[in-house]
Amino acid sequence: MTEEVKAPKKEKIPRQKMPEQEPKVRARNFEEVPHGYTPELAQKEAERCIQCKDPRCKQGCPVEIEIPQFIAKIKEGDFEGAIRKLWEKNSLPAVCGRVCPQEVQCEGLCIIGKKDEPVAIGNLERFAADHQRLHGRDVLPPKADPTGKKVAVVGAGPAGLTVAGDLILKGHEVTIFEALHGPGGVLLYGIPEFRLPKAIVAQECNFLERMGVKIEVNSVIGRSETVDELLERFDAVFLGVGAGLPVFLKIPGEHFIGVYSANEYLTRSNLMKAYEFPAYDTPIVKGKNVATFGGGNVAMDGARTALRLGADHSYIIYRRSHDELPARSAEVHHAEEEGVEFLLLTNPLRFLGDDATGRLTGVECLRQELGEPDASGRRRPVPIPGSEFVVDIDTAVISIGSGSNPLLTKSTPGLSLNKWGYIVADPKTGKTMKPRVWAGGDIVTGSATVILAMGAGRMASNSIHDYLTYGW
Amino acid sequence: MFEIVERQEMAQGTIISNWIKAPKIAAKAKPGQFVILRANEKGERIPLTMADTDPAKGLINIIYMVVGKSTALFKTLQVGQGYLDVIGPLGQPTHLEKVGKVICVGGGTGIAVLYPITRGLKQMGNYVYSVVGARSKDLLILEDQMKAASDELMICTDDGTYGHKGFVTDKLRETLEKHKDIALAVCIGPVPMMKFCCKVTKEFNVKTLVSLNPIMVDGTGMCGCCRVKVGGQMKFACVDGPEFEGHEVDWDELNLRLRSYVAEEKVSFDQFKGAHAPGCSCSR
Ligand SMILES: Cc1cc2nc3c(=O)[nH]c(=O)nc-3n(C[C@H](O)[C@H](O)[C@H](O)COP(=O)(O)OP(=O)(O)OC[C@H]3O[C@@H](n4cnc5c(N)ncnc54)[C@H](O)[C@@H]3O)c2cc1C
Ligand SMILES: Cc1cc2nc3c(=O)[nH]c(=O)nc-3n(C[C@H](O)[C@H](O)[C@H](O)COP(=O)(O)OP(=O)(O)OC[C@H]3O[C@@H](n4cnc5c(N)ncnc54)[C@H](O)[C@@H]3O)c2cc1C
Ligand code: SF4
Ligand code: FES
Repeated sequence: MTEEVKAPKKEKIPRQKMPEQEPKVRARNFEEVPHGYTPELAQKEAERCIQCKDPRCKQGCPVEIEIPQFIAKIKEGDFEGAIRKLWEKNSLPAVCGRVCPQEVQCEGLCIIGKKDEPVAIGNLERFAADHQRLHGRDVLPPKADPTGKKVAVVGAGPAGLTVAGDLILKGHEVTIFEALHGPGGVLLYGIPEFRLPKAIVAQECNFLERMGVKIEVNSVIGRSETVDELLERFDAVFLGVGAGLPVFLKIPGEHFIGVYSANEYLTRSNLMKAYEFPAYDTPIVKGKNVATFGGGNVAMDGARTALRLGADHSYIIYRRSHDELPARSAEVHHAEEEGVEFLLLTNPLRFLGDDATGRLTGVECLRQELGEPDASGRRRPVPIPGSEFVVDIDTAVISIGSGSNPLLTKSTPGLSLNKWGYIVADPKTGKTMKPRVWAGGDIVTGSATVILAMGAGRMASNSIHDYLTYGW
Repeated sequence: MFEIVERQEMAQGTIISNWIKAPKIAAKAKPGQFVILRANEKGERIPLTMADTDPAKGLINIIYMVVGKSTALFKTLQVGQGYLDVIGPLGQPTHLEKVGKVICVGGGTGIAVLYPITRGLKQMGNYVYSVVGARSKDLLILEDQMKAASDELMICTDDGTYGHKGFVTDKLRETLEKHKDIALAVCIGPVPMMKFCCKVTKEFNVKTLVSLNPIMVDGTGMCGCCRVKVGGQMKFACVDGPEFEGHEVDWDELNLRLRSYVAEEKVSFDQFKGAHAPGCSCSR
């Protein structure tokens, strides 16, 4: 390891930044924030990788992408070679390059990061995928001979899309059933356009369809059809329905007009394109003073969407301190640059509103300070008595997490659920307690990340393939 | 596309009935359930109850009042055209059981929602009193169907052009006074009507079902837009309802939340009316 660090004696190249829209400008439009690398910038960044023999970055990657190998291809200018390397392990690189928390995964372990900034693996992944999409040859991977086996995938989020993509390649027939009117899951309805352009999601889904995957939208399994009915028509069923249940603060005044769950706010804006109202028919409250509650990616997306919808003030109200913000560091950084105001160590007590119009007018909060560390080692916030204060707001976006939506699980006898309502599945295979039924992604783990959902999909697809081929 | 195979204008063109080809939904739907429809790529997701179904032909029937941009857009859709998306069946079906005597009260397009429930209750062997109301005779819908589905049908109009002059609550009270053995009331219509019906049935201590119509987005319990307060608790009408125990509903909260987008709705409707001359039947 040590010899690798000192071996190449050449001019030090700093980490290459992606060109991006100016904060002031982009805070008012829905276009993507960074423009992505040019081939020159990508190759320059790729040079920073010292091609470790025993790469630590790969250990940090939940799907174990051969990181140095794809980076080497970029360095050589073989961009198609780079994307092929990525595709071996990751079917959605254009998505992952944009939304993975690289700083705690691959980049967090990169050896260069010990003394300097780590290699920008995420940016390079994104570059390879974008270059392929925009300039690459249109190549469809070869499919195995048809097996005659049929698989139903419920939910078209990252977990379901991964299962579908894997199994179609192995020669099985795959049909995805999706409740909404379009596929993509959170990638479509949750993560905003300015972070993940919907054209990319559509292209990935379209790619699957060209490979032969059938996608039946508008199919709410549990209502339009039950899992048991699917089992009559299909040899195996994969459940990747996500964690689509909004969690409210459970404080007084949540009924006021202008109080949204993050799911509703983001669905209106992203899926229904309310930011283009009235060209699109779905409206959204375009608040002047917006507070988003929570500190994760969802909260950053809410607060940044509010700015783009025209807010004068967009606050993040979070009960812990800056260090504990669970969002990707890039998102926090972008939010700060764009002018999102952070009210940290602050806990909401109740919403205030106008009883005649029903509209939200403010939120009463309590300040907190950091106390003793709790079981997780984090210093617990404790309320400061008498520190109540009111923030004037007309819109609130509640982004404090999500739960398991019982619509499918309740209508499926034989599944075993944990105490939070998530499906119990074998962590190595995705097998549930119900024969011929697999599950993975947020509906098993609770809300996590795109790449973990894809990783779970990969494991389940291997297990499903084994079952369809060998009967176990 | 989900094709419209039959279309009818009622109540002087203010209420429209569509029979739509949706075999999978028709096979599954039960009284009290609804669908969500979207006309085109830019459209809103609009919830409408299935007033009837024909599983053999694979058809569902929706009956809606033209109140704003989206329903006005729906009205332009002709036979042979259709909806881009129809999702369902959604919501809990009505719990139909034999309780003896029941009274079904409907107002406006609420009658369309009430009709399959009334029919179901009668098929279960209940004795069914029905009260239907509209502002005036021309605006009353489904009279023949409701007559067939009931043992006794009473009609009210606000202006007295047909049946009893006055509100459905008058006839509801009268019937409850006469028949103390009525065990269940089902009241469906505009929020104020349901609220006042519940006041009356509460006096007589008669269990009352209502069907709530909050604004919705996904219809699968994912967004929380449709939250209503019932018995002091937050419920999602799209998955827990749309039917609830009427005496427990916080009507004022529902009424306010229904007004969430009045300003935006006006912008949208005015723009639509500006772009389409009366009688225009394009589906833009
Ligand atoms: C706003 C937001 C921002 C995020 N940002 C990031 C980020 O930056 N990086 C990151 O790694 N992760 C992020 N996440 C988390 C990540 O998106 C999820 O962990 C991931 O999408 C989970 O994938 P999944 O396939 O399990 O479920 P989902 O993506 O939730 O997809 C489930 C799909 O199943 C469908 N479905 C549900 N019920 C049914 C049913 N009964 N029948 C048929 N279909 C059904 C749903 O409509 C949905 O399309 C974010 C999440 C949100 C909400
Ligand atoms: C479960 C359910 C079942 C329904 N079934 C029927 C039905 O069978 N027939 C029917 O005519 N209508 C029904 N509705 C109401 C219907 O969805 C609304 O009338 C429709 O969404 C109005 O859309 P719009 O764009 O035309 O009007 P908008 O311009 O959006 O609204 C015009 C006015 O209608 C009211 N409104 C808005 N949204 C709703 C809403 N979701 N429900 C009630 N009023 C609303 C508001 O007061 C608003 O100011 C149902 C609603 C729900 C939730
Ligand atoms: S990205 Fe970093 S850890 Fe991975 S091979 Fe290159 S230098 Fe080594
Ligand atoms: S409409 Fe979204 S939860 Fe009911």
